[in-house]
Amino acid sequence: MTLNSVVIVGAGQGGFQVAASLRQEGYQGAITLIGDEPGLPYQRPPLSKAYLLGKISATALLFRPMDFYTQQNIELVHDQAVAVDRNNRQVRLASGRAVPYDHLVLAMGAHNRPLSVPGADAHGVFGIKTKADADELAPLAKEARHVVVVGAGFVGLEFAAVAAANGATVHVLELGDRPMARAISREMSDLFRAAHEAWGVHFEFRQGIGQILSEGGKVSGVVTAEGKTLPADLVVYGIGVIPNVQLALEAGLDIDNGIKVDSNLLTSDAHISSLGDVASFPCIQNGQKPLRLESVQNAVDQGRAIAARLVGKPAPYTALPWFWTDQGNLKLQIAGMSMGYDNTVALGTPESGQLSVLCFRDDQLVAVESCNRPGDHMAARKILARPPRLTPAEAQVPGFELKAWEAANRD
Amino acid sequence: MPTLTFIEHNGTLHQVHGEVGQSVMQAATFAMLPGIQGDCGGACSCATCHAYVDEAWVDRFPPVAGTEDEMLDNVSERRANSRLSCQLVIEEGMDGLMVHLPASQY
Repeated sequence: MTLNSVVIVGAGQGGFQVAASLRQEGYQGAITLIGDEPGLPYQRPPLSKAYLLGKISATALLFRPMDFYTQQNIELVHDQAVAVDRNNRQVRLASGRAVPYDHLVLAMGAHNRPLSVPGADAHGVFGIKTKADADELAPLAKEARHVVVVGAGFVGLEFAAVAAANGATVHVLELGDRPMARAISREMSDLFRAAHEAWGVHFEFRQGIGQILSEGGKVSGVVTAEGKTLPADLVVYGIGVIPNVQLALEAGLDIDNGIKVDSNLLTSDAHISSLGDVASFPCIQNGQKPLRLESVQNAVDQGRAIAARLVGKPAPYTALPWFWTDQGNLKLQIAGMSMGYDNTVALGTPESGQLSVLCFRDDQLVAVESCNRPGDHMAARKILARPPRLTPAEAQVPGFELKAWEAANRD
Repeated sequence: MPTLTFIEHNGTLHQVHGEVGQSVMQAATFAMLPGIQGDCGGACSCATCHAYVDEAWVDRFPPVAGTEDEMLDNVSERRANSRLSCQLVIEEGMDGLMVHLPASQY
């Protein structure tokens, strides 16, 4: 079938990438990129750090200027997709417009899991997902004296570091027993815990939030699940996200903790692909078990893969997942997926703030977490993209370096 | 508005408008140049915006250090004038800045 029109729902990192890559691949048909936020498509990672600190401008957030969409003939539509008519292959928008497609790409992303405690509707309670969130939060973050962060994940801790740098008292409530427990090893958690504490951040582990107190509609404090009251003039929560599957669900597509796609990123309808935060794909680094990843790398690489397939170059999606977070002066970079690791080897020391943790499963390297050791991260990405060979025994030899090993073990 | 010159590894020239305060990486991606990806958006986290600053311009930027230095150790064909272009901020008086692009980001 000839492909004359591609419609992309969601103008975030993944949706944008599909549009840009389609043109790079030489596709000349129509591209409609539908986003429900105002303005031009932009990157989200700086919203909880560099942009919030005023280190980068709103222009620097943009993927491309307006000219790009005009010159590349990408129709950018600010509207909300409300239904997919699979029989007639068209997307219906809130405005009433129907957009026909030969191929549809669902890239709706995810929304923040809401903070569902009494008082959460007070002014001064924020999740960070959109530029609008960050724009509203930035001036308050500068003024805030007492900040409570709910959730010690990437976003919560990025904001905690910002708030501490702004001179606020910062408390972080976390249900788990260590920072970023879902994503990183205990060794690396410990380094970040110590660093945040040195910046003045107070952790309350195994501690949920009970309610939010307010005065005159403005947040004034937080009561923990155990009944402890913390003063607060600003509350920021980062307690996970929920994939925006509603459109796909109502269209009858298979859902499995996200829109279910196969190794080619196709949904249960061969005319519909999905990617990024909203898609659950068979991940080879996860033993082909379905996985939903919330990361720039995942959105970008899956966007490229879909574009390549649509121009006749299909290939199973196998890209190595990698992640990063910037907190204060610490850059944490993760290559690979550490689920189920049973052994670690550390390079560097936590005290120096420069540490890499090599995670092994059944004596095979599955992930490398690096703090302020970007050379290790880059070497790890190369090593993990090839068949496994590095053993814990080799990595434990004094003086072992990932970069040197990588150079000596290229095929 | 400074005009930047990018030269692809095959010799193709591109004249690109940059903004003061913008990164060289973003000037390149905004102009849709081939050869600069900038996957991480400028966070010095991906090393897909590697470029060679023309010898005449090398000293106009702060020297390579820290994260950028270590990331550059892993690009293909690092040279003395290699930079991650997301770390290069365009300043007043940089009209005519010349940047050479590598054959590949990988």
